[in-house]
Amino acid sequence: MSQPGVTMEFKMHPELPPPAMTVGVVGWFRQNLFSSLANTILTLVAVYMLYITLVPLIQWAFIDSNWAGTSRDDCTGGGACWVFIVKRLDQFIYGFYPEAERWRVQLSFALLAALCVPLFVKRLPKKVWLGAFLLFVYPVLAFFLLYGGPFGLQVIATDQWGGLMLTLVLSSVGMVASLPIGILLALGRRSTMPIVRTFCVAFIELWRGVPLITVLFMSSVMLPLFFPEGVTLDKLVRALIGITLFESAYMAEVVRGGLQAIPKGQYEAAKALGLNFWKSMALIVMPQALKLVIPGIVNTFIALFKDTTLVIIIGLFDILGAVEAAIKDPSWLGYAIEGYVFAALVFWIFCYGMSRYSQALERKLSTGHTQ
Amino acid sequence: MKIAKALATGVVLFVLPISLAHAGTLDTVKQRGHVKCGVNTGLPGFSFPDDKGRWSGLDVDVCRAIAAAVLGDAEKVKFTPLNAKERFTAVQSGEVDVLSRNTTWTQTRDTSLGLNFTSVTYYDGQGFMIKKNLGVKSAKELDGAAVCIQAGTTTELNLDDYFRSNGMKYSPITYDKGAETVKGFEAGRCDVLTSDQSQLYALRIQLKDPGSAMILPEVISKEPLGPVVRQGDDEWFNIVKWSLFAMVQSEDMGISSKNVDELKANSKDPGIRRLLGLEGIAGKGLGLADDWAYQIVKQVGNYAEAFERNVGQGSPLKIARGLNALWTAGGLQYAPPFR
Repeated sequence: MSQPGVTMEFKMHPELPPPAMTVGVVGWFRQNLFSSLANTILTLVAVYMLYITLVPLIQWAFIDSNWAGTSRDDCTGGGACWVFIVKRLDQFIYGFYPEAERWRVQLSFALLAALCVPLFVKRLPKKVWLGAFLLFVYPVLAFFLLYGGPFGLQVIATDQWGGLMLTLVLSSVGMVASLPIGILLALGRRSTMPIVRTFCVAFIELWRGVPLITVLFMSSVMLPLFFPEGVTLDKLVRALIGITLFESAYMAEVVRGGLQAIPKGQYEAAKALGLNFWKSMALIVMPQALKLVIPGIVNTFIALFKDTTLVIIIGLFDILGAVEAAIKDPSWLGYAIEGYVFAALVFWIFCYGMSRYSQALERKLSTGHTQ
Repeated sequence: MKIAKALATGVVLFVLPISLAHAGTLDTVKQRGHVKCGVNTGLPGFSFPDDKGRWSGLDVDVCRAIAAAVLGDAEKVKFTPLNAKERFTAVQSGEVDVLSRNTTWTQTRDTSLGLNFTSVTYYDGQGFMIKKNLGVKSAKELDGAAVCIQAGTTTELNLDDYFRSNGMKYSPITYDKGAETVKGFEAGRCDVLTSDQSQLYALRIQLKDPGSAMILPEVISKEPLGPVVRQGDDEWFNIVKWSLFAMVQSEDMGISSKNVDELKANSKDPGIRRLLGLEGIAGKGLGLADDWAYQIVKQVGNYAEAFERNVGQGSPLKIARGLNALWTAGGLQYAPPFR
């Protein structure tokens, strides 16, 4: 009860800061890592696991490692000997490509990068033409640059290609070629024309039914026996054809998944507009279907990128093959782990990059129909 | 249209029809200007790319010797790395002129594959490596042992034959890659490791302490390794065979890459003069230049030089000559007379 005659002004107490235990780093830790007994135990176990794995790993890879030197005598740290990787880096990237001609590889990849960057710029006029140039003209350009022939360029036979360069050639050709073939096969499989449909189904089921290693093996062991004596088809071309046909079968099924997700109304609407089959596919159905299956397509691309390592069984040295051949050099015997770690890191960088790109693409193309 | 054109160009560039399909390998090689040689995709000491990306090894040097004899230039070789499974097809289909890829000479392979083994470049045999602290001195004491196997084409079969014929038991642990095998052995997954002897040395130097392991004296299989050519081209068969003999013979006569020029100029020894093509039949029977053997010794070296450089004392492997010593030093390397 207030005293009569005394007026008291009602005043809010200034806001107190939240309890120290619920904000900042401590709060985050409490909320995310120690919110219950079970979580606390899990956190402690995880920290312990990280401790017993990460500490020796860092010790091995950085603290005890050697970076500079020329031979195995310089591997004195007891940890990783990155001297081996440094010394062989050129071989891991270019394979047996002659040193004097390596600018051609660098140029073709620089060109690719230079052409790709503008594609990421939003609202660039004539982007379609740039894309078309990249898809149709660039491969021809890159082929003549890498292989040689015209313009007085020395011919570098494909058996000298190797390392990361070969991995990129195999995977990019595989990706660029398998997507359109896959789309055609997917359309063919849904076609009402019996011959087209039967052919597409047979093709897809045949290629999906065999492992890639078998395809490559057939291409290198059986195929030469079918050719007339003295005629040989380049090993790399054989591998490229094998990989492309194999991946396009998978691609076809991914794209078909997208086609099936498009409501029938869209097809009918396209027809109602008077569009013919190809136009309705290209303008109405495919843009929606492909957008839906971006994760599936990128999944296939990533698998393809990693599958290129299988070409070692036909004697082509992709980056992993180059590493495996290098660890057979008696002067570097015993540094296999460093080699494999390096190869794994390179693969991770590329695959992670692809996965990030696909996520960005999904966000960009999202029209708000998904939650 | 552009794509179609590019594709067509690509096909024309890549399908390389060899016009003289029925000419002998020698003529084809001379016309082509290089020898196509199948080698292992990577086998320490025998076939591997060095720091500069140049193929090296004993098997590789055999290819270089053939190129030196036929074309006068040891560098005119194109190496095709081959897997164990595709190697024979590569020879049969003409993808390579000669296969120099640690291939064991067996009756089946020599008689039923349309191939011919020319001669032996390396007498290998399957052996055992064991940790010294086990105190085992002979493979006969290995009853009940866990055996790490580096998977080969016949390694498992030889091992089984050996243990069965000696009435012993074993448990096999098979690995695919050399590095894994070594780790398994080092971690104590097995008591003993088996592979071809030449490879045991390569595996041993991958151990943290190579001195802790020893190689048992028993050799349980015969693995004569040598180059392979297509059957039915005797001229080429002779060339490969005698290229190897020239390497062995030059070691026998004390001719090496260092003194060959001096001997060619000054030597009065009729044997040396015949080998270097100064008198006698020289290159006539083989269809080669008279100095074919000189070119081999000059550019590649004699057998001892090739051996020591790649697998012997000049290499980290340090394999002893053993069976691969000359016949005069208790080994099996022997060349028929050059006359």
